[in-house]
Amino acid sequence: MNAVPPISAASTPSGIRIFVPRDVAALAVGADEVAGAITAQAAALGAAITIVRTGSRGLFWLEPMVEVETAEGRVAYGPVQARDVPALFAAGWLTGGSHPLRIGRPEDHPFLVRQTRLTFARCGIVDPLSVDDYKAAGGYRGLAKAIEIGGAATVEAVTKSGLRGRGGAGFPTGIKWKTVRDAVSDQKYIVCNADEGDSGTFADRMILEGDPFCLIEGMTIAGLAVGATRGYIYSRSEYPHANATMRAALDIARAAGLLGRNILGSDLEFHLELRVGAGAYVCGEETALLESLEGKRGVVRAKPPLPALKGLFGRPTVVNNLLSLATIPVILDLGAQYYADFGMGRSRGTMPIQLAGNVLHGGLFETAFGMTLGEIVMEVGGGTASRRPVRAVQAGGPLGAYLPPSQFDTPYDYEAFAARDALIGHGGLVVFDDTVDMAHMARFAMEFCAEESCGKCTPCRIGSTRGAEVVDRILAGRDVAANIELLEDLCNTMKFGSLCALGGFTPYPVLSAIRHFPEDFHRGRLPAAAE
Amino acid sequence: MPILHALQETFGHVPQQAVPLLAEALNLSRADVHGIVSFYHDFRDAPAGRHVMKLCRAEACQSMGGHALAERLLHRLGLDWGGTTGDGQLTIEPVYCLGLCACAPAALIDGRPLGRLDQERLDAAVNEARNDWSRP
Ligand SMILES: Cc1cc2nc3c(=O)[nH]c(=O)nc-3n(C[C@H](O)[C@H](O)[C@H](O)COP(=O)(O)O)c2cc1C
Ligand code: SF4
Ligand code: FES
Repeated sequence: MNAVPPISAASTPSGIRIFVPRDVAALAVGADEVAGAITAQAAALGAAITIVRTGSRGLFWLEPMVEVETAEGRVAYGPVQARDVPALFAAGWLTGGSHPLRIGRPEDHPFLVRQTRLTFARCGIVDPLSVDDYKAAGGYRGLAKAIEIGGAATVEAVTKSGLRGRGGAGFPTGIKWKTVRDAVSDQKYIVCNADEGDSGTFADRMILEGDPFCLIEGMTIAGLAVGATRGYIYSRSEYPHANATMRAALDIARAAGLLGRNILGSDLEFHLELRVGAGAYVCGEETALLESLEGKRGVVRAKPPLPALKGLFGRPTVVNNLLSLATIPVILDLGAQYYADFGMGRSRGTMPIQLAGNVLHGGLFETAFGMTLGEIVMEVGGGTASRRPVRAVQAGGPLGAYLPPSQFDTPYDYEAFAARDALIGHGGLVVFDDTVDMAHMARFAMEFCAEESCGKCTPCRIGSTRGAEVVDRILAGRDVAANIELLEDLCNTMKFGSLCALGGFTPYPVLSAIRHFPEDFHRGRLPAAAE
Repeated sequence: MPILHALQETFGHVPQQAVPLLAEALNLSRADVHGIVSFYHDFRDAPAGRHVMKLCRAEACQSMGGHALAERLLHRLGLDWGGTTGDGQLTIEPVYCLGLCACAPAALIDGRPLGRLDQERLDAAVNEARNDWSRP
C-alpha cells in the first residue's frame, strides 16, 4: 500500500488554536453552542485562544468533536456539549489534559487509522475558507500540474487513474472527458452534480462545507482538460449551510484570482457558479439536472444524445458527481498510478463510504475498494447504535438493494455488488436493526418513486403508485401470495419500461426485501403499518 | 429558479399573482411557469406557518425510529404532512434526506439543523417554535 502524505493546517495566529467543526451535522448536535461556551470560558479565565471553524473529520458519533493544538499535535475531545466546557478547561485541555471525553490524537483513532484519505485528505483539518490553508495542505498543486502537462495529458491521467463516476453509474471519468474534449463547439460546460439526494449519503455535503476549494480546483482542472470555460455546481435546497459555505468560497476564489481569467498566472479561464435545486430527487439524474439548470421542469431527457455531446444549452457538457471532481486534484498531484494502485479489479482508487442510520460509528470512511461489507458494517461501524442485531443494510441509496448479513462477505467493489443485484451508488450504507419491517421499507421505496417520478414513463409513474397499494394489501395480510407475485410482475415492468434509474432501479430495494426477508411479507392479518 | 427561490424567500411562497409577471418577464407561457413552480416540491402556492420544520422521512432516519417520531408528532398536532398548526405558528413539511444521516433522526427548523432527535428533543423544538412569535 502507498503511504499517504500527512496534512496539517497552515497559519500560526495568536493563542492556542481550538478547532470546532462547522459541519451542519456537528451544528445539529450543538457545535455552535460549544464554540460559544469555549469563547466565554476562555474570556473568563483570561486564556489566549483562537477558535478555527473546520469541516468535520467524519466521526459523527463523536461530534461535536473539538481539537486543541498542543505541543504533541492536535488532541481531540468529544462528543463535547457546552456544559462540558468548564470542566475541560479545568482538566487542562489546552495542553492536552486528560478528561473522560479525551479521544487523543485524531490520526491515532482506529476509525481514521484504517482509512486512506485521498479525496478527504483535508476535510475536518483545514479552515474551509482559507486559501492559505488549502495551498499549504497541497491545494492547487494538481492544477499547476495540469497546466504544465496540458489538457490532453490531463484527460490521459484521469483515464489512467481508473476513476469511475461516484454519482452512481460508475462510468469511467476519463472516457467521458475525452468525449467532451473531442467535441467541437463554441462553448463547453463542466457541471458538478451535487444534488446528493440519496438517503445515507453526505460526502458531497462534507466537501462543500469542509473543503470547497478542492471542488473548485477539480472543476477548473476539468475545464482545462476538455476546453470548457464555464461551470455550474448544482446543489440542493436541503443543504443551506453547504451552499452558504460554497458561495463564500467562490467569492474568495474569484477575489484570489483562482477563478476568472489568467488562473495561476496562466492563460486559463474558468468561471464557476452555484445553482440550487428545489426539492426534486429526480434532478440528480444528469439530464433532468440539465433541464433544471436551464430553468425548466426537471424531466429526464431521452439518451442519446449524450450530455457529453449535447448537454447544457445543447453544448458538450461534462456532468460529474462532486466526489469524482473533488478527486481530480489528488490524482493530478500524486499521479494517476498512485491513485490506481489502490483498489481491486476494475474498482480503482478509494471510495468515501458513508456509514449511516442505525450504526454505532456512523461517519465518513474513505478506503480503497475491496473491504467486505461485513468488515465495514461490523468492524468499522461497530454494528448497530441500538446494540441490537443488524438485520439489513441498504447500499447505494433509495434505489439500492437491501443486503442481509448472509451477504456480508461481498467485497466493496462495483462488479461484486452488481453480481448480487446491489449497488455501490454514491457510497451510502444505511444500517437497520432487527426491529425493521422490510415490507414497510418496500412500500416506502415504491412511495418514494411515486412521489419523485418525473412523470415521463408510465411504469414509473403509475407502477410505483400501484406498487405501494399492493404492498398495503400484503401488509394487511390480504391474498399475500398472489399480491407478492403481482408486486414482482410490477417490478419487472418498471425495470424494463423505465427511461431512467428512478423507475428502473426502485425494483431493487423491493425485490431484495422480498427475496431476503420473505417472512416480513408472508404475514397473517396485521394492522397496516403504513399510513 | 433563482427568481422563484427569491420569491419564496421573500414571501414564504410563490404568489399566484407572480406567475403572469414571471411569464412575461421570461418570455414563457403562464402554463410553463405554473408547470415549473408545481414540479418542484419546495415551492408553495400558499404561505406556510411562521416557522417551518422540515422533518426527514428518508431511510436512514427511519432506521433510527424517525417514522414513529414523525407519526406521533403529526398526531399530537393533529396535522398531515405539509399542514400548519391552527395558530399559524408551525408548518411540518416532509423532506427526503438532509445529509444528517449519521446523526439521525434529523430535521431543519427555520434552517437550523437538529440531529439525534428523540421525542424529548423534538417536542422541545416544536414547543419553542410554537411559543416564538418573532419571524425567523
Ligand atoms: C433518479 C436519479 C438520481 C440521481 N441522483 C444523483 C445525485 O444526486 N448525484 C449524482 O452525482 N448522480 C446522481 N445520479 C446519477 C447521474 O445521472 C449521473 O450518472 C452522474 O451525475 C454522473 O456523474 P459521475 O460519472 O461522476 O458519477 C442520479 C441518477 C438517477 C437516475
Ligand atoms: S423512470 Fe420515472 S423518473 Fe425516470 S424518466 Fe421515467 S418517469 Fe421519469
Ligand atoms: S436520511 Fe434523514 S438526514 Fe439523511
